[in-house]
Amino acid sequence: MLLFLLKRIGTMLLTALCLSFIVFFLTNQPPLLEKVAKYEGNSRMSDEEVARYLENNGFGQPMLVRYGEWLGVVPGWTREVGDDIRGRCIPPGADPATAPEFCGVLQGDWGVSRVFRDDVSAIVGTRLYMTGKLMFWVMLLMVPAALIIGVLAGMREGSKTDRTLSTFSIATTATPEYVSGVILIAVFASSAVGLKWFKGTATSAMDNATFENFFLPVLTIALYGMGYIARMTRASMAEVMTAQYIRTARLKGVTFRNIVLKHALRNALIAPFTVIMLQFPWLLNGVVIVETLFNYKGLGWALVQAAGNNDIDLLLGISVVSVFVVLVTQLISDIGYVYLNPRIRIS
Amino acid sequence: MEPLSWGEIILRLAIQFIPVWIALALTFTVSIIYKRRLGLYGKLFDNTIGMIGFAIVMFWVFTALFVGLFDMIITHDPLSAVSGMKNEVPGTPLRGAEDGDYPYYLLGGDTLARDIFSRMVQGSWVVIRIAPLATLFAFMAGITLGLPAGYFGGRLDTVLSFTANLILAFPVILLFYLLVTPEMVASGIPSYMAIVLFVLPILFLCVLINSRFHTQPMQRNVMLAVILVVFGWLYLSLINDAGTPVNFLPSSLDLFDIPGGILVVFVSVVFVNAPTVFRIVRGLTLDIQTRDYVAAAQTRGEGPWYIMLWEILPNARGPLIVDFCLRIGYTTILLGTLGFFGLGLPSDSPDWGTTINQGRKLLSIYPHPAIVPAFALLSLVLGLNLLADGLREESLKD
Repeated sequence: MLLFLLKRIGTMLLTALCLSFIVFFLTNQPPLLEKVAKYEGNSRMSDEEVARYLENNGFGQPMLVRYGEWLGVVPGWTREVGDDIRGRCIPPGADPATAPEFCGVLQGDWGVSRVFRDDVSAIVGTRLYMTGKLMFWVMLLMVPAALIIGVLAGMREGSKTDRTLSTFSIATTATPEYVSGVILIAVFASSAVGLKWFKGTATSAMDNATFENFFLPVLTIALYGMGYIARMTRASMAEVMTAQYIRTARLKGVTFRNIVLKHALRNALIAPFTVIMLQFPWLLNGVVIVETLFNYKGLGWALVQAAGNNDIDLLLGISVVSVFVVLVTQLISDIGYVYLNPRIRIS
Repeated sequence: MEPLSWGEIILRLAIQFIPVWIALALTFTVSIIYKRRLGLYGKLFDNTIGMIGFAIVMFWVFTALFVGLFDMIITHDPLSAVSGMKNEVPGTPLRGAEDGDYPYYLLGGDTLARDIFSRMVQGSWVVIRIAPLATLFAFMAGITLGLPAGYFGGRLDTVLSFTANLILAFPVILLFYLLVTPEMVASGIPSYMAIVLFVLPILFLCVLINSRFHTQPMQRNVMLAVILVVFGWLYLSLINDAGTPVNFLPSSLDLFDIPGGILVVFVSVVFVNAPTVFRIVRGLTLDIQTRDYVAAAQTRGEGPWYIMLWEILPNARGPLIVDFCLRIGYTTILLGTLGFFGLGLPSDSPDWGTTINQGRKLLSIYPHPAIVPAFALLSLVLGLNLLADGLREESLKD
């Protein structure tokens, strides 16, 4: 088990390293750097001015060296411009002699966002808390609802309940967040024709989440993921219901209710568990769409802002965080599967 | 003129779609008459859910074809605005209508006073042109890489699986934001990716022919030459684009140019889908590899590529066809996502994602500009899902 864990964590770190390099490589393409220079300077900079700006701010070095600097394994660049010494690790106004040699992610320095003019770690921290709040309620709504639908549909395969609930699950998986969000807002929040039960924006939910302003975004994300988990649960439940021990229980006279609750349910929930964990990458997508649609300023919203303005450090920070969330949930799903299912042994 | 009531709107919509109804009726009659001779496709007509799904999908396919090829169904120009029709509700009479103009905006006007109905049906043409083709390319790439990964295993499998998991761990939207920007097109990375991704189908076809006919060199050479010339030329004109760094073909030989941004949309959608297909194909290969007929082919002395492409692949077709339907739906969702974030496609493009994005700004006051494309997209994806479900049920029966 320990060896398996070490192997998985090693792969995880390698994946994170590769992915952060890909993001770094893509965000540091010459046309994008030119955009950064014009964003920092002014939009009518000549080509020479752009080149000089990039040279003076450490963008002139080879890609790998700069990736190493960002990571914190290569000493930060220093450069004399006029009289003063500028450098990656020297904040404006600080004494160059006292500045540390390395400053990268490994030293805990995630860089500064160009759009928000703040430390990336601070921005990611607050935004992650917002998104975490959203995800918590999504999980709280989605998982029980999906499991109930799946179990109800799967316990009597082919019945009318099964048909209705399965069609419902298919319909929710076919509705992406930007479609269900638009429909839900039009029905429940529109001031022209709607019911006006809920609010169409979730901006106020960031400080003070109430049922009125937070239910629609939560429901929108939950609906898309729900159908898939429900279908997995249904398949797993239907399979368990045909097993020998269920027939034995039936023959011995156990009530249907007890068969479902005491014998079938536990075994049927092993497969959905991994599916729920593997849903996280999809949920992250949904979060970006819903946060944009409902104007809820979480991690997804920050991602859109950062990507739209090519805010390199913030973009790297957010992608590392989201990739870690995905990889950690994959790891948990693997371990949980082994833990829940004693039949599986790791070689 | 009086605005139309909802009953009249529905009636007029039904009249507008008459060519589609005729085509649908023809398709269904012919298919149901000959369903015993049509294999899996014919069995679909024994399944209610599958039939409903197929009807919805074909409805949009026929709509797209009639709009895109014959200019039927559509009532107004999807790009031109009519003054005074801004945000008007469905069924509003056209202001200043002249003879020959359609007298109503059947589903209302959007924020730029364009006809929503015409934009919606025009949008189906955008989706039907891109989504199935992109899915097909993703399948070609996934199959070409997944078969050897599953069959040979070892280091090749480790490397390819690691790469696939790498791409899958990326949040899709981040990838889109990184790839589908004008600056990225200028840097040429999407063009280089296109070079790699689009060569895989040609490779696939060549290996497919070669592994089967290498014992008859004459026949093989002719077939390979035809494939290489036809597809090679298409490939070169596809990747060669005057506005990007990949521009080596003289313009007289360049057959067509993909209009601005479409190529990069296409590439990124294929790129996102291919790893999942790869995983499915790899899993199926690992499973089918242990069967007796594969062992028989190995004993006969067939080459590995013959076994992969002519023994394993045909036996994996059931799950692959089902996944193909689902994946077209997923690709449609991805295209909508791109439009929703205003990436890639031009901002006046009538595709559904872009229209939803434009409509959502005034959603709480005028919901109809966003609702109409939202329902269009929902119905197409739902149809594809139901179709896949029907196909799965029918293919499991035998």
